[in-house]
Amino acid sequence: MDLIWDGIREALRLIFTGNGEVYEIVLLSLTVSGAATGMALVIGLSMASLLAFRAPPGRTLVLSFLNSGMALPPVVAGLVVAVMLWRTGPLGQLHLLYTPAAIVVAQAVIATPVVTALSAAALQTLHPKLRLQVLALGASRWQAAWLLFREARLPLLAAVMAGFGAAISEVGATIMVGGNIKGSTRTLTSATVLEVQRGNFETAMALSFILLALVYAVNLYLTVLQQRRRAS
Amino acid sequence: MTRPKLGLRGVRVERSGRTILAVEELDVFPGEVLAVVGPNGAGKSTLVSLLAMLERPSAGEVLFDGETVRGGLLAYRRRMAVVFQEALLLDTTVESNVGSGLALRGVPRAERQRRVRRSLERFGIESLARRSAHTLSGGEAQRTSLARALALEPEVLLLDEPFASLDEPTRRTLIDDLDRALSETGTTAVLVSHDRSEALRLGDRVAVLIDGRLRQVGQPSEVFAAPADEEVAAFLGVETIVPGLVRSLDEGWRSWRSAAATWRRLRRSPRAARCWSACDRRTSLSARRPLPLQRPAPATVSPPSSGGW
Repeated sequence: MDLIWDGIREALRLIFTGNGEVYEIVLLSLTVSGAATGMALVIGLSMASLLAFRAPPGRTLVLSFLNSGMALPPVVAGLVVAVMLWRTGPLGQLHLLYTPAAIVVAQAVIATPVVTALSAAALQTLHPKLRLQVLALGASRWQAAWLLFREARLPLLAAVMAGFGAAISEVGATIMVGGNIKGSTRTLTSATVLEVQRGNFETAMALSFILLALVYAVNLYLTVLQQRRRAS
Repeated sequence: MTRPKLGLRGVRVERSGRTILAVEELDVFPGEVLAVVGPNGAGKSTLVSLLAMLERPSAGEVLFDGETVRGGLLAYRRRMAVVFQEALLLDTTVESNVGSGLALRGVPRAERQRRVRRSLERFGIESLARRSAHTLSGGEAQRTSLARALALEPEVLLLDEPFASLDEPTRRTLIDDLDRALSETGTTAVLVSHDRSEALRLGDRVAVLIDGRLRQVGQPSEVFAAPADEEVAAFLGVETIVPGLVRSLDEGWRSWRSAAATWRRLRRSPRAARCWSACDRRTSLSARRPLPLQRPAPATVSPPSSGGW
């Protein structure tokens, strides 16, 4: 129990004494996972719209892959991305390995099936004719997408939260493609692993609390957005 | 002759190799209400989708203002409005629902508010303006949907079974309100319904669609008094169908013989005449009621040269 209290105390100390390294790590975690969630959203919402509204042949098969993709082991995703980004790999010329961009790609690979599968399920709960009605009201394709996403915002924001959660809590792939380089690719999760390996359990606990607080803050914001009703 | 607002020419819609709809020719003239009736699965909703530019035909042409529609469907959609069987409202207030189509067209706020208010008043739902759409009853929701469509001041209003989900009293008052709104605004409209009474009540002309084909188009009195064939008659609710054998066909009159008597009747529809020959002078004829045996001499009636009489 002492370790937990010490951890909380250490976390508060790190935050309030303005420890530059911790701020850097927090900022990197946020931007990397935010960008990964953004990428997952762009790909996921487009694919989900296609699957939900156009009902392409093989929809069930694709959805079953995506649903399985939600259980994709992050280490496997990391390995695949690392192999692609190796200097001799197909994307080696981009020199992305061990950069924050590589972590974004790996986390996006992990978050995309989550966001896509949950968004497709969210959009499939809408009335099948609602899309036609919105188009008949004179909506362009983008306007229609926006209106339909707004109609399904409750489950869609749940998909965003799940995607962000998968991205920011990920560590295996992050270390594999990022390398946990101090000042460059060290995130909250990879830093925590490092501190544990070093035996600095107090610092590790502190970083974990900061991570939890961060995740809570982001989800609080998204939940407020989700629950806000436009009409009383 | 007036140019039709909307038209279909040689249109076919096929889905997985099956023809859902095949319409040689259909026109909707400015200011008229065309009621399309037919049983479930006749292709009525597909017809609405085509006219609303929500779907393209597999073959044939859709005309708007006499011009063939080739692309730019959004621009055409923005000149029309569609009301479906379900109200399909957005998760917001009644007011912003009614204004949603105007907002999509970028109509300025002041103008939007003015048109929303007028449309709410037209359908007697001003008091619901601030209510959430998801708390409305079925009738209120459909009123909101109609108000949303008419707030657009559409050149053509397409109504796809708008009253089918409503209970009888609600349905009757809403039909009255829609009838008044249509005649006050002079909006061109196509009403699709499986209900003959709605067609008779609202339609200036009636088209009967069965199995994806238009069987008869004409004035309601004409269609109801002289259905083109037995299926049309059965759908329109003609109760007395007397089988008989055609005896003669001349000067716009037809006469036929049933088991009980010989009948003579004015031939009104050119389609019926086509059926005559197609049926090799043997056909089941339909009549709403027993017809008088004696009529004015054929000489006093001009022959039906161009479809009228």
